[in-house]
Amino acid sequence: MNADPRFEGEGPDEVFASALAEGRFIIQRCRACSQTRHPPALACSSCGSPDITWIAASGAGEVYSTTTVRERERSYNVAIVELVEGARLMSRVEGIAPEGVRIGLKVTARIAPEPEPHVVFEPAGDAP
Amino acid sequence: MTSPLRGQTAIVGVGNTRRWNAPGRTPFDQAQEAAILALEDCGLGLQDVDGLFCAISSSGLPVLNMAEKLGIRPRHADGTMVGGASFLFHLQAAASALVHGLCDVALIVYGSNQLSAGGRLVSMPDPQPYEAPYKPRYPISSYALAAARHMHLYGTTREQLAEVALAARGWANLNPDAFARGPLTREELLASRMISDPLTKADCCLVTDGGAALVLTRADRARDLKSKPAYVLGTGTSVSHRQIAAMPDLATSAAVESGRRAYAAAGLGPRDVDHVMVYDAFTITTLMFLEDLGFCAKGEGGSLVASGAIAPGGSLPVNTNGGGLSCNHPGMYGLFTVIEAVEQLRGACGERQVEGCEIALAHGNGGVLSSQATAILGTGAAL
Repeated sequence: MNADPRFEGEGPDEVFASALAEGRFIIQRCRACSQTRHPPALACSSCGSPDITWIAASGAGEVYSTTTVRERERSYNVAIVELVEGARLMSRVEGIAPEGVRIGLKVTARIAPEPEPHVVFEPAGDAP
Repeated sequence: MTSPLRGQTAIVGVGNTRRWNAPGRTPFDQAQEAAILALEDCGLGLQDVDGLFCAISSSGLPVLNMAEKLGIRPRHADGTMVGGASFLFHLQAAASALVHGLCDVALIVYGSNQLSAGGRLVSMPDPQPYEAPYKPRYPISSYALAAARHMHLYGTTREQLAEVALAARGWANLNPDAFARGPLTREELLASRMISDPLTKADCCLVTDGGAALVLTRADRARDLKSKPAYVLGTGTSVSHRQIAAMPDLATSAAVESGRRAYAAAGLGPRDVDHVMVYDAFTITTLMFLEDLGFCAKGEGGSLVASGAIAPGGSLPVNTNGGGLSCNHPGMYGLFTVIEAVEQLRGACGERQVEGCEIALAHGNGGVLSSQATAILGTGAAL
């Protein structure tokens, strides 16, 4: 086999999902330019380098944008959260009425187990 | 420097089935009818088509299906699929292919039965595992997140978004072919059911069927055909993301880049444009694209639309067919922005005709503000 050894092992989606299943929220960081990204991929979206590593996400972030999805029976939040590390992800802010989620709200991540492990957020305890 | 492609090709035929609710017809039926109409419009025949450009939501291999159904053997084909902007990407590719001799007659074609098949947006399978757990309504929640961000940064209001829908209806009321006609008030718009804050049902485009087609040739041949050519003065495209969370700035789209490229290629700027067609999948997109294409400063789209500028009688005629909001929206609407631009350049728009329309801009959007494509078209006087 002459495959390039730099790309050995599981692909980034699998690495992320496996970590999440073990209770760890990890994100990618470029070794060349330090940019973080999520969802993960094989190269840095900022500088193009394929030299990427994984770091533990602190879980701290703030709401970048937010919407309340209205259904007959219920309403729920969908948000984009910007992590303090820089990467953004789609998620949901819980523990607060969906309409109460505001852009700029400080939030903290936790891993929701069902139906598949996924990252959700709650208002940060020490929010100003 | 202007593009060497400037004015070298022209749209010579347009086909629009105007069948917005047509049970018993497949997307390919709509597309074939549109192709036949477009060819008849310019006096060419199916046997003349040697370049085929096609995208259809429900088909993974639309070019193959279309070629078979039309009974043609194209020597150049392009099935680029970037959502509703696909056909403006096709337009740019067709202009290039024609100039480089890859084909002599290019047909761009689309069809949909989205309404009669059940009224849901038909999307190609494209699972998004990083969005699915959060159940955003696709695609409205993505546009809602962009709208919320725009409101946060620039103070844009729901009242301003309602002005976009009002203007669209005003134009639709001048277009006998528009699907949604009749009176509409600010109060009705603002009382509309919230679906994904801050966007209501009234902020959403229609769901219709439809078929549309364009025929392009090189400019020398265009002059000998029976229709009035709409010359391709400049085009520009850009792709920025797939998922909304990956959009670099949710309040500014890649239309900034596609527009800049199109203006540069044409050697023109927003002030030169007589007529504007921007893809209005939602009210927020009209407002954002007018900003991103330079018709006002960033953040001033709300006050521009609130001034009445884009409504009938205003200073900037925008979406004069009634747009996706009030004319038609079969799922991938982009081709209809070009058709209305061509009709305006021909002076064929009756009550809604823009006086002295020599230069028109058509802009397509695809995915969730993901793909952007701008085309600047002109009459012979603009060459």
